Amino acid sequence: MGWIQNRFEENFIITSVDWALNWARQGSIWPMTFGLACCAIEMMAAGASRFDLDRFGAGAFRATPRQADLMIVAGTVTFKMASRIVRLYNQMPEPKYVMAMGACTIGGGPYCKYGYHVVKGVDLIVPVDVYIPGCPPRPESLIEGLMRLQDKIRQETIAKRV
Amino acid sequence: MPTPKEIAELLKNQFPDAVIADMSDGLHPSVTVTAQAWPQIARFLRDDPRLAMNMLRLISAVDLHPEPQIELVYDLISLRPPAGPGLWENCGSFAVRVRVPRDGGRVRSVADIWPTANWHEREAYDLLGVEFDQHPDPRRILCPDDWAGHPLRKDYEFPKEYQGIPAATAEASSGDKVTK
Repeated sequence: MGWIQNRFEENFIITSVDWALNWARQGSIWPMTFGLACCAIEMMAAGASRFDLDRFGAGAFRATPRQADLMIVAGTVTFKMASRIVRLYNQMPEPKYVMAMGACTIGGGPYCKYGYHVVKGVDLIVPVDVYIPGCPPRPESLIEGLMRLQDKIRQETIAKRV
Repeated sequence: MPTPKEIAELLKNQFPDAVIADMSDGLHPSVTVTAQAWPQIARFLRDDPRLAMNMLRLISAVDLHPEPQIELVYDLISLRPPAGPGLWENCGSFAVRVRVPRDGGRVRSVADIWPTANWHEREAYDLLGVEFDQHPDPRRILCPDDWAGHPLRKDYEFPKEYQGIPAATAEASSGDKVTK
C-alpha cells in the first residue's frame, strides 16, 4: 500500500499509526464507476438511498480510475473487455482493491461452459480481494463484501514483514 | 396492401429466373432468390410503387450445417407515414431468403439500398462469416478485430486462449461437445 508500507520496525507508535491509517482507509473506499452487466444495476441500487453505500464511506463513485481505491467488477467480463479492465486497474493508484461481484466475474457463471467470449473468472487477469457470489448478488451481499474488504484493510500495517 | 401471395407472384413475373422457391403461404411468407439477382430484386422491392418495401427490419443468417450453405433472411416491411397523429401504417411485410455457400460465400451488400443493412451485414459477417461485396465498412461488429473464426457457426471450435488469457478451464472443457 504505497510509499509508507513495510518501512518501519514494529512498535507501539507504529501500531497506533496503523490503527489510524487503517481506520481512515477503511472508511473512505472510493469505488470506480464501472459496470459491465446486470450486476451493475444491483451496484447502483447499493449506492442509492435504500441501501446507501455511503454509510460505509464507499458511496463516492469516482468517474476516473485515478481517483478510485476499489474496482467493483460488476458483470460479465468478455475477452474484448479484458484488456480494458487491465488498463483501468493499472491506472488506479495504490492502495487498490478489486471485488469480483457475481457468478460471471468469479468463474464465468452461466457462460463457463458454452460461452466462447467470456473470461472464466476475472482473477485470471487482475488480483481479486473479495469474491461476492450471486446472480446477481443483492445489495446486501455487496455491502457484506465491502465489510469483509474493510476487515482486510484493518489488518494492514506499515511495519516491515518478518 | 398486397398479400404475400401477390408479392410472390409479382416477383416471379418480374424475375422468372431468379426466384427459386416460393414460401409465401406460411406464417413467415418469403421467397428464395439467387444471390446473383438479389441486388436487382432488392432495388425493385424498395422502388416499385406497388411494393415500396422501404424498411429492412432485420437480416438473419442461418447456418444450415451439415448442408454446406448459409441462408440469409431479409425481413422487409412497407411503412407509410400516417395522415394525422398515430402509428405508421403497415402496408405489407415480406421476407426474402438468399442462400450462399458456407465456405467463401459472397453476396452483394444492400447497405446502399437500406442503411439498416450496414450493421446487420457486419454482424452476419462477424458471427457466421458471410462476406458482403461492396460493403461500405466490412469489419467485425461484436468480436474483437483479431478474433479467430466465426462463433455462431455450428462447427465452431472454442478458443483455447485469447491474448494470453486461458479460455478453457477444467470445468469449461469437461462438458459434452456442443458442436454436433
